[in-house]
Amino acid sequence: MRALFLPTILLAAVMFVAAPWLIDGAPTESTMGFVQKIFYFHVPSWMVMFSAVFLCGIAGAIHLFKRSAAADRVAAASAEIAAVFGIIGLITGPLWARKAWGVWWQWDARLTSALILELILIAYLLLRRYGGPGSEKLASGVALFGMANVPFVYWSVNVWRTVHPKTTVVPSLGPGMRGTFWWCSLAFVLLGGALLAARLRIERLRARVDELYLER
Amino acid sequence: MRAFVGIAWLVMRKDLTVEVRSREIVYTTLFFAVSCVLVFAFSFVRDGRALDHAAAGILWIAIAFAGTLALGRAFERERQSETLRALLLAPVDRPAIYVGKLLGLLALLAGVELILVPVVGLLFQAPLLAHPYLLAALLAAGTIGFASVGTLFAAMLVRSRSRDVLLPVVLYPITVPVIIAGVRGTAALFQAEADTPMAVAWITMLAAFDAVFLTLALWTFDPVMTE
Amino acid sequence: MRRMLAAALLATTLGIPPVSAQPRPAQEEFVPVTDAETEQLPAAPLVMSAYAVAWLLIFMYLWSLGRRLSRVERELDELGQRGTPKGR
Repeated sequence: MRALFLPTILLAAVMFVAAPWLIDGAPTESTMGFVQKIFYFHVPSWMVMFSAVFLCGIAGAIHLFKRSAAADRVAAASAEIAAVFGIIGLITGPLWARKAWGVWWQWDARLTSALILELILIAYLLLRRYGGPGSEKLASGVALFGMANVPFVYWSVNVWRTVHPKTTVVPSLGPGMRGTFWWCSLAFVLLGGALLAARLRIERLRARVDELYLER
Repeated sequence: MRAFVGIAWLVMRKDLTVEVRSREIVYTTLFFAVSCVLVFAFSFVRDGRALDHAAAGILWIAIAFAGTLALGRAFERERQSETLRALLLAPVDRPAIYVGKLLGLLALLAGVELILVPVVGLLFQAPLLAHPYLLAALLAAGTIGFASVGTLFAAMLVRSRSRDVLLPVVLYPITVPVIIAGVRGTAALFQAEADTPMAVAWITMLAAFDAVFLTLALWTFDPVMTE
Repeated sequence: MRRMLAAALLATTLGIPPVSAQPRPAQEEFVPVTDAETEQLPAAPLVMSAYAVAWLLIFMYLWSLGRRLSRVERELDELGQRGTPKGR
């Protein structure tokens, strides 16, 4: 596992370095113009965030029902990853929106749900940090509820017609845009995976430190 | 199944009996809710008239805040007398205890809302009687959604450090969708020309939320409360 | 009991009914431009800031991870030297 870390993060770094050229080369969108290029970072960020949230929820459920300490560590690590990439998404989004819609923020279904999801994650992290002993179980409960929220975020655009572009945008991308988009998505996923592995290592080492303290 | 219902009923009766004798939570929660309404009313009233849709928002904010307080108080009472541990030690289906506490809290909040809603209607000239059944359904669905998550989290946090501030911190983000649905639905009903299809749509959505949250809560109550 | 609840949960989440739409139209797909246009609000600063923010946050997080990792490794070394490590 550890052997994969260095090549993964190196590959992600290379892809990130190459990304600006690819993004510049991609065709400009007709309605939104140059500002649409934020799409190549904005959507992959959210993809990583949603995946991490699902991982956190599932790991939390496993920890809750099977009493697995390893699952709890995965939940803790992925919650942090999700929070970081969520903030990236929440900042790149309004920067795009300012030009595309004329306003920094809209209280439509998708944006609101995404913001709520980020708040749930931060609440999870606060609970883990300040809840005192035994808060891992409680946090797993919160994570489960957070995970139940994710499909709602995804459906909200398709169920209500809103200003935010629909999810049919991605499958219908033209050839110039499609390649760049999937390149950036892969780069983000690799980065997310590498960061998750690093964060997990910290959790595992911390658990080992706790064990050693208890043994003395 | 009958045992489950029986236990839930017992727990609820216990809570309500204690409450009826002292009336502490119901009085304080009600007073707090009305004060909340007044404070928000002062913020949103201009030239003697409230902003449009202010009534719906203020009502649900008051319910959310008062509900959180009631939750905190109800479980604080359990913690002080160590009765929660006694309940958990009982050889009964744990989710039944959850349902009992939930029903007790719902009865409390129903009592509070019975007074709060007319007060809001009075202060903001809201047409409460135009669609009373829809309004009642909306309030019921929303309160059940809020209370089902709240009861679980409040029970979970009973033994935590910083439980007083952590309850709102974890509860509000997860129940915000319920509040949104409640406010939009109530606003649709309070309009001059009530948008009943919209209100029904929101009630349906709330019902779906309630189903999901209740099921999740019943599923996780036992493992979460085990040490 | 739990399996019943799990099935109920699955059924309700899949069965959340669609709600009637609101009037604003959303984009179905991105259409590449054929000829360039001029815009009032310059897009370049927004795009640059977006990328800068993403890079900055990623690097800040990497730095924070590095710091925490070295701290915990240091702690582990100290414990390994001072205490009697029970081998694993």
